[in-house]
Amino acid sequence: MSLEEQIRGYVLENYLFTDDQSALNSADSFLEKGILDSTGILEVIYFIEDEFNVKVEDDEMIPENLDSVNQIVAYIGKKQGS
Amino acid sequence: MCGVAGIYHKNKENIVNQQTLKNMVRLLHHRGPDEEGYWIKDNVGLGHARLSIIDLSSGQQPIHNEDKTIWVVFNGEIFNYVELRHELIAQGHSFYTKSDTEVIVHLYEQYGRDFVRYLNGQFAICLWDDRKKELILVRDRVGIVPLYYTEQNKDVIFGSEIKAIIAALDTSPVLNPNSLDQLMTFWSPISPNTLFKDIYEVSPGNMIIFSGKKEVIQYWDWSFSNKDSYLQGTDEELAGTLHDLLIDATKIRLRSDVPVGAYLSGGLDSSVLVSLIHHYSENSLRTFSISFEDKGLDESDYQKEMIEHLSTQHSQIFCKNSDVGAGFLDTIWHTESTILRTAPVPMNILSGLVQKQNYKVVLTGEGSDEVLGGYDIFKETKIRQFWARNKNSQIRPILLKRLYPYLDISKKQGLVYLQNFFGAGLDAPEQNIFSHLPRWQTTAKCKDFFSNDLKSHLSDNAVDLINNTFPEQFSEWESFNKAQYIESKSLMSGYLLCSQGDRMLMKNSVEGRFPFLDHRVIEFANKLDPRVKMKVLNEKYLLKKAMQQYLPKNIVKRYKQPYRAPDIAAFYSGNTPEYVEDMISNAKIADYGYFDPKRVERLIAKIKKGRAIAYKDNMAFVGILSTQLWHLHFIENFNKNFSFNTQLSASIN
Repeated sequence: MSLEEQIRGYVLENYLFTDDQSALNSADSFLEKGILDSTGILEVIYFIEDEFNVKVEDDEMIPENLDSVNQIVAYIGKKQGS
Repeated sequence: MCGVAGIYHKNKENIVNQQTLKNMVRLLHHRGPDEEGYWIKDNVGLGHARLSIIDLSSGQQPIHNEDKTIWVVFNGEIFNYVELRHELIAQGHSFYTKSDTEVIVHLYEQYGRDFVRYLNGQFAICLWDDRKKELILVRDRVGIVPLYYTEQNKDVIFGSEIKAIIAALDTSPVLNPNSLDQLMTFWSPISPNTLFKDIYEVSPGNMIIFSGKKEVIQYWDWSFSNKDSYLQGTDEELAGTLHDLLIDATKIRLRSDVPVGAYLSGGLDSSVLVSLIHHYSENSLRTFSISFEDKGLDESDYQKEMIEHLSTQHSQIFCKNSDVGAGFLDTIWHTESTILRTAPVPMNILSGLVQKQNYKVVLTGEGSDEVLGGYDIFKETKIRQFWARNKNSQIRPILLKRLYPYLDISKKQGLVYLQNFFGAGLDAPEQNIFSHLPRWQTTAKCKDFFSNDLKSHLSDNAVDLINNTFPEQFSEWESFNKAQYIESKSLMSGYLLCSQGDRMLMKNSVEGRFPFLDHRVIEFANKLDPRVKMKVLNEKYLLKKAMQQYLPKNIVKRYKQPYRAPDIAAFYSGNTPEYVEDMISNAKIADYGYFDPKRVERLIAKIKKGRAIAYKDNMAFVGILSTQLWHLHFIENFNKNFSFNTQLSASIN
């Protein structure tokens, strides 16, 4: 399973409670679509840290890194590459 | 308080069945365990389950007028009955009891339908005028006491709780999908809807007259002054008026032939009431409170401070998370509705404590936040208004952090999420529902779990509907007052006073009395400039100013803590109760049909992993579980519950 599929699967299962792939595009903004609220983002951070062995620093908790499947994929790629 | 029930067959030939009326009343036994009373004349029957509080010896209902042409059953209290009685005797009426109920029939004789305007109290009144052949159902101004009815096949069936009505129906009740949709937006269906199809509440402030036709009269509503007509006066003068009004509102609520206690949460409102009882009445101070296992929810330290300050005789009960989980099943039999928080359950535990101590009446602080401007949603509205003037400002929304410090995850991130959440509707700050849009949008996330079948039965957009319920002058009020109106008419009357209030008190035969909801206090507060109610972001400023002389500084200055109970944690922090596993199982969800089994399964999986910490997940879970239990109690098992409860009350009597 690709990183993108893994993250999409997680968001679909835990926030949209569905396996309908059409419910979420990888570029969709979680904020704009009302998928995540401020407590929801904590859960996403737990997920990223647990599953991908990445430590999310305070100043990285910004929508530019975490607000869509694509952004999370890019963020994890950057962290794992660094 | 008590329980009332009745039947009116519009077809005169149709005689009321006495056993049916008895069955209805017996389901209300918890509301009035002291006595039962009935009056049947041909096609009309009134029934009453009595909790004796005033005139213990001769106040049995139904009560009639001098020539027995007007009959009434009544649930509640008329606090100004002493004064009204004097006036009515002076006008030539003769009384055969000393009860507050009898005042109603003579007032009706004297003033006709306008009688209700003279009442200061909390009430559900069912009055039969045998001369005019009219049935009149009336409810108090703000919705403290419940009253429901249905009209089916030329019959009007009514009662204090819906279960009494169902007992008289030939067919099983069904869910009104639009009501569930509204509840999962506003926390309660839009009045007069209930979760049951074709069963309605008498809306607060309304009188319904049934004769050949049905006539609805709204005799009172929350109404606010416009910007140019606010009450004038210095803060000291206005605080003085509020002070005097609250003393009288409290004093007349201590009228009773049984001892009166008070709830003491440790917050400002209950501390004010307990202080007023201490200073202005002969009542011995008897107080009751609840403490929580979860320290984040517990207010024991503040309670202790007030107990020591006033030397009250106090009883406290400790509530574990698992107590909430265990009590939830039975709670839904009493709320008769889906709920989105478990908060009613501890209120039931607390009234159980009151009952065990042989108290029947408590004063409680509900209504203060709505009337005098205490809620965060009012602060939020002020800040969002301020922000809307310069939408691009990065600085203005930072004020929101003062309201919700726990949202401050990290500086930049926290702000962006706050902006996103509270930014809803910022383009139109003048719109009627501006204050409540963020909350409604979050709550509406519960609806993502609706099954396709349920969705296919939804016909109306909930927010459009509520927009059409506001009075004509609403658009002229300031946003703060609009927010107060919406809060009082939706969440307060539909949930706080009902599921979390009356139902949890009466389950244990305890009557709550609400001095802050005295209509004189409300009418005074509604004429105030909102800036006096909330000075900048200092909530209930005028109340604090009026009452600080009686209170320890800590209580006046403390950060307002909303009353909460453990939600998901009540069911999943230890052993999950068996009934929960059953109710949220794939099979049961599919069987009842309201929710999508697969989505619910994923939510439960998330909960079991300990990852469901978001507010909306907690609401969705409690909403789904309570809806399932509602179906279990009222649709699947009603006949079983019915025989259990009627047998229980028959054996006690």
